[in-house]
Amino acid sequence: MPVSLNNSRLIYDALKANGVSLVSALPETWLVHMIRMAEEDPVMTLVRLAKEEEGVGLSAGAHLAGTKSAMLMQNHGFLASVNAIVSCAQLYRIPLLMLISLRGDFGEKDPWQTEGGLVTEHVLKALRIPYNLLEHPGHVADRIRKGLTLASASNRPVALLLCRDLMWEE
Amino acid sequence: MRRIEALKGIYPELERSVVVTIMGAVAAELQSLGHRPNFFYLQHAMGLASSLGMGIALTRPELPVVVLDGDGSILMNLGGLTTLARYRPRNLLHVIFDNESLLSVGGFPTATSTGTDLAGIAKAAGIPRTASVNTLDGFVSEFRAALAADDLTTLVAKVDAVGPPSFLTDLGLLENRFQFQRALKEWGK
Repeated sequence: MPVSLNNSRLIYDALKANGVSLVSALPETWLVHMIRMAEEDPVMTLVRLAKEEEGVGLSAGAHLAGTKSAMLMQNHGFLASVNAIVSCAQLYRIPLLMLISLRGDFGEKDPWQTEGGLVTEHVLKALRIPYNLLEHPGHVADRIRKGLTLASASNRPVALLLCRDLMWEE
Repeated sequence: MRRIEALKGIYPELERSVVVTIMGAVAAELQSLGHRPNFFYLQHAMGLASSLGMGIALTRPELPVVVLDGDGSILMNLGGLTTLARYRPRNLLHVIFDNESLLSVGGFPTATSTGTDLAGIAKAAGIPRTASVNTLDGFVSEFRAALAADDLTTLVAKVDAVGPPSFLTDLGLLENRFQFQRALKEWGK
């Protein structure tokens, strides 16, 4: 599977370096290495979800209880979580860090991913969620750190889009 | 059984717990009995109270966490029961007040009014302790037993579809949220 192990490791290490100790996830191809890293890490709490919006509640609870968390999801999972983001994270000013794999963008071979790719950034903008792209290994540590800093200072969700050029080696 | 009577019956235990409620009648009735800094009312995001409670319970295993859920809410997040069961936070007591109705929007019947069994669903999802009660004495005694059991419990309480005249209270959502966060930070100090 040509998912980049090295870049998955870079992302995972950046989360750890910034104090993230709980990760929620729903498996998708680009996320498999990071989910395994979380699973094998004795100091990381990994919660495998049935549906992504649960992760918003989980991260909200973790935040209120003093734990820094991150959500790993596909853009379609983000789209499925919109009400939770609005009615929990934004209404209650919860600093979410969402790492969203941007499927359906240039290079996508799976026809079923292509509609989600078209709308993801528009929905993020409509929700006024600050986001940045992770396209290159050089982006990873810096943008994760800055994203968490903004989430924490603003008490709001922020998103990082995991792009094909970073995640997929083909 | 009236939900307000059920809440009165467990209020002393709630005072000593971290409490997460759903919106609507449950939140308003608990506040009418007396708000505490360790009570958080999730006034929207239906279905997520159990997920939010799980986030607290997993990351703070020393805290007794009580989620006060409802049939309309949990029906929006049945998958969350499987996640709860999978990680089994032993310090979480998940109460579902089942009035077979979406009371706050006019009392439209939910699927529990035609036979859906929430305790059965919770048990089948893998929740280790489940019970369904329809009397006040039964509720209070099952609630206390669940707190003492030190294991994840879903307790379904069949209640009348009646609530307070208004669901609005004078506690601001963000006031509640920051107060609650501080209460968790200072818990036990």
